[in-house]
Amino acid sequence: MSAGALPILQVVLPLIAAPLCVLLRRSGLAWAFTTLITWCLLAISILLLIRVMAGGVISYRLGGWAPPFGIEYRLDAVNCFVLLIICVIAAVVAPYMRQSVAREIPAPRHNIFYAVYLLALTGLLGITATGDAFNIYVFMEISSLASYVLIALGPSRQARTAAFQYLIVGTIGATFLLIGIGLLYTMTGTLNLADLSLRIREVSDMRPIYAALAFITIGVLVKLALFPVHIWLPNAYTQAPSAISAFLAASATKVGAYLLLRFIFTLFGVEFSFEQMPLMEILMPLSLIAILVGSIVAIFQNNLKRLFAYSSIGQIGYLALGISFGSTSGLTGAIVHTFNHAMMKGGIFLALGCLVFRAGSVDLSTLHGLGRRMPFTMAALIMGGLGLIGVPLTSGFVSKWYLVQAAIEADLWPVAVLILFGSLLALIYVGRIIEVAFFRPPPADLQAMREAPLQMLIPTWILIASSVYFGIHTDITVSVSERAAEVLLGTPS
Amino acid sequence: MTTDDLIYLALAIPVAGALLLWSVGRIQPVREGVSLLISAGLFATVAALVPAVMSGARPAVSLFEFAPGLPFAFEVEPLGMLFALLASFLWVITTIYTIGYLRANGGPHQTRFLICFSLALASVIGVAFAGNMLTLFFFYEALTLCTYPLVTHSGTETARQGGRRYLAILLSTSILLQLLAILWTWVATGTLEFRSGGILSGKVSEPVMAILLLLYVFGVGKAALMPFHGWLPAAMVAPTPVSALLHAVAVVKAGVFTIAKLGLYIFGLDNLREFAISEWLLYVAGATILIASLIALRQDNLKRLLAYSTVSQLSYVVIGVAIANAHAVMGATLHIAMHGFAKITLFFCAGAIITATRKTEISQLDGIGRTMPVTMGAFAIGSFSLIGLPPFSGAWSKYYLVLGSLDEGYYAVLAVLLASSLLNALYFLPIVMRAFFPTGGAQPAAVSGIAEAPVMQLVAISITALGSMVLFAYPQLLFNLLRPLVGM
Repeated sequence: MSAGALPILQVVLPLIAAPLCVLLRRSGLAWAFTTLITWCLLAISILLLIRVMAGGVISYRLGGWAPPFGIEYRLDAVNCFVLLIICVIAAVVAPYMRQSVAREIPAPRHNIFYAVYLLALTGLLGITATGDAFNIYVFMEISSLASYVLIALGPSRQARTAAFQYLIVGTIGATFLLIGIGLLYTMTGTLNLADLSLRIREVSDMRPIYAALAFITIGVLVKLALFPVHIWLPNAYTQAPSAISAFLAASATKVGAYLLLRFIFTLFGVEFSFEQMPLMEILMPLSLIAILVGSIVAIFQNNLKRLFAYSSIGQIGYLALGISFGSTSGLTGAIVHTFNHAMMKGGIFLALGCLVFRAGSVDLSTLHGLGRRMPFTMAALIMGGLGLIGVPLTSGFVSKWYLVQAAIEADLWPVAVLILFGSLLALIYVGRIIEVAFFRPPPADLQAMREAPLQMLIPTWILIASSVYFGIHTDITVSVSERAAEVLLGTPS
Repeated sequence: MTTDDLIYLALAIPVAGALLLWSVGRIQPVREGVSLLISAGLFATVAALVPAVMSGARPAVSLFEFAPGLPFAFEVEPLGMLFALLASFLWVITTIYTIGYLRANGGPHQTRFLICFSLALASVIGVAFAGNMLTLFFFYEALTLCTYPLVTHSGTETARQGGRRYLAILLSTSILLQLLAILWTWVATGTLEFRSGGILSGKVSEPVMAILLLLYVFGVGKAALMPFHGWLPAAMVAPTPVSALLHAVAVVKAGVFTIAKLGLYIFGLDNLREFAISEWLLYVAGATILIASLIALRQDNLKRLLAYSTVSQLSYVVIGVAIANAHAVMGATLHIAMHGFAKITLFFCAGAIITATRKTEISQLDGIGRTMPVTMGAFAIGSFSLIGLPPFSGAWSKYYLVLGSLDEGYYAVLAVLLASSLLNALYFLPIVMRAFFPTGGAQPAAVSGIAEAPVMQLVAISITALGSMVLFAYPQLLFNLLRPLVGM
């Protein structure tokens, strides 16, 4: 196989695998097939990243049509990195699913579940890999529709309400995005992102372009779940099957962050977005509110899935904040945080899945003294939590380091203080869990409780361990992120 | 094995010890043996570094780069050597004491207790040997996290509240103020290295330097400078060995040690003196010394009294760094060791009293000197040392601090130091008097002869009390070690 086909394989492989998966009636087979596919995808994404880091941009022409007329898949350091994040998460979550899904979803639906999981993956990978604006919309619909189904498969009845809520909000968001893309197409006559970014310069003082930026930004923010368009997220994460909460928390919002980066920087350009349009003035307050509100609401939650969902809203605030600086260190912080948060939150939600598996609930009150009965699960939860606080030697610290540095460089002192203050809020909600799990006596009937099965613990710990590893060996993530930031800002060193 | 490798070894021993305890800690004698072994091993390793450092070498290792030009690195310089030596020596003694204490008082989660203790010591060594401010910050935070389970150890509601307060104050000051200052320094100077004479000169303006000092000094919450001292009395819910080693020596000394490091290597003593940016610090530290002593006067709970006394004594070190001349810094750094020996003795005594009699309040101690002569004798020695009386080691540090303030003409500081001695006498001596010469009718009904604490506790108490006297007689080791710091 020629190396040139890798970009399209990344997207087509899960797309073809999904219907095949429906045919596999036996749950175990469907699971094994899905796992195999995700591992192949991971291998492809690693190959792609290596190639991009060595040689710059990879361009693939769909059907051989030359851009800007045909659809182009265009991979640079930015989306290759995001592809890798998605594939890592998918490949780690897949082995975990077997037991978790067997517990939470009725057996006849297993093959459907795995098929839809592959479809969601297709959508997310497609959004990231494609270099075509309309294609982005198409893949976004694929991933969103698949996500609605996955969430609705959740064990409780509220799962359907949550999915419906996400469907409404998500559709509105997608519509905004579509309108924005339509406006761009009207003004420039092209849909190819690289081509668009050139042509947009000629018409950048026209109203429809302003409107396009506004529509696209709002549409993407819905997907990203930035305050105040985050309302779908807490319910969705809380009600979805555990493995899906982990998958969505770690990958779907990251794709939203990628889209924001791509549209703001590559398409509209820093100058247009930050000087002609007041993007910084809008994004920064929203991100700060997200950090504070998300973290504060998280403090008062007793359902741990909901707690970490609100924590995600806060963490998404950090992401958007990094983007809003529009500077190299800000973007580096944002991109590093995209990766780090994916690892931490993925690990945390997987650990929560272990709790559901054994304790049947993720309510804070079921956690009393659980630190002794499920030491590895609780340790994973705590390590992930420490990462969210940003304790040194976890990857969360690296993200905060770059974000605060960006704030100081921009002379935005109050912002620097607020970023650090957010860490303290995280400390409170993580501290509550530690206190309950380790320093409250277990109830008498807890004796029977056992540690979660290895097949679930190992994936959990892979993510948690990598979040620590990348807190220590920062050179890999930071160098890729810096490279990506330079690509976005158009200042390659 | 080179001296550089000794640094790795010093960090690895307590961590490996913690792992060992985790795997075999279920069996009591094994647990105790392993604890003794790792503490002794650590002390031997740290001591093996002394000759090299005394002869002017600066063993250093670098692990990985956190950011370009910002390595995770260690370097042993005299001040860190002193701190590591103090902490590791007292850990050996504390381990002996702890074994006696745990055997007598029992209680659950003993393995967790010893593991956290071991990890806390690893963090202390990290703080002591850190080669730059970021590495120091890593271990500073690790120390807070490792000691939190020790504070909350008993799991009661009071303990959980104490733990919350402990974490809240220490982490919020360090994250909000210290980390901000570190990042500011990094953005302004492009380095976080510890360099003699400081790294800020010429890089930032005088007002910025003043703000940075403010952020750093209050950001190091472990130095318990008022108003961020509340965590220390709250931490007294911990078992007594923890209060003794960690909250009289390791944790609080990590705080003032960091401040001394900042003064010497980030700001530079000359800058502190020249720009007079540390003058306000004299007032804050002076006020902390007096106010904490006054609060101590009103305590009836012995451990709380000792905690407030610690708050007050820590500011001696801060005030020495703020004066920033050779004598004062010598006094400040000496005080890290001198106060350590005296205060750990006092805490050991408080724990021995709890073990033997279950008494925690001073008003219950009438005539206890009759039944516990060794303990209360050591308590007297520790008190005298803190008051600053010869022939006890506290006299040396106080002497140098007084000299330093006279050099600079700070008569107000002199007055504070003298007033503090008086206050120390006022709150310590009544306890000693009460123990040995009970007032009138309060004669204990049955003087049932000697009823001391377990032998292992007494051994530890005697060693640290003797240490206070030995350090008075032979302070040369410390002088010679610290001399290069201040150019004396």
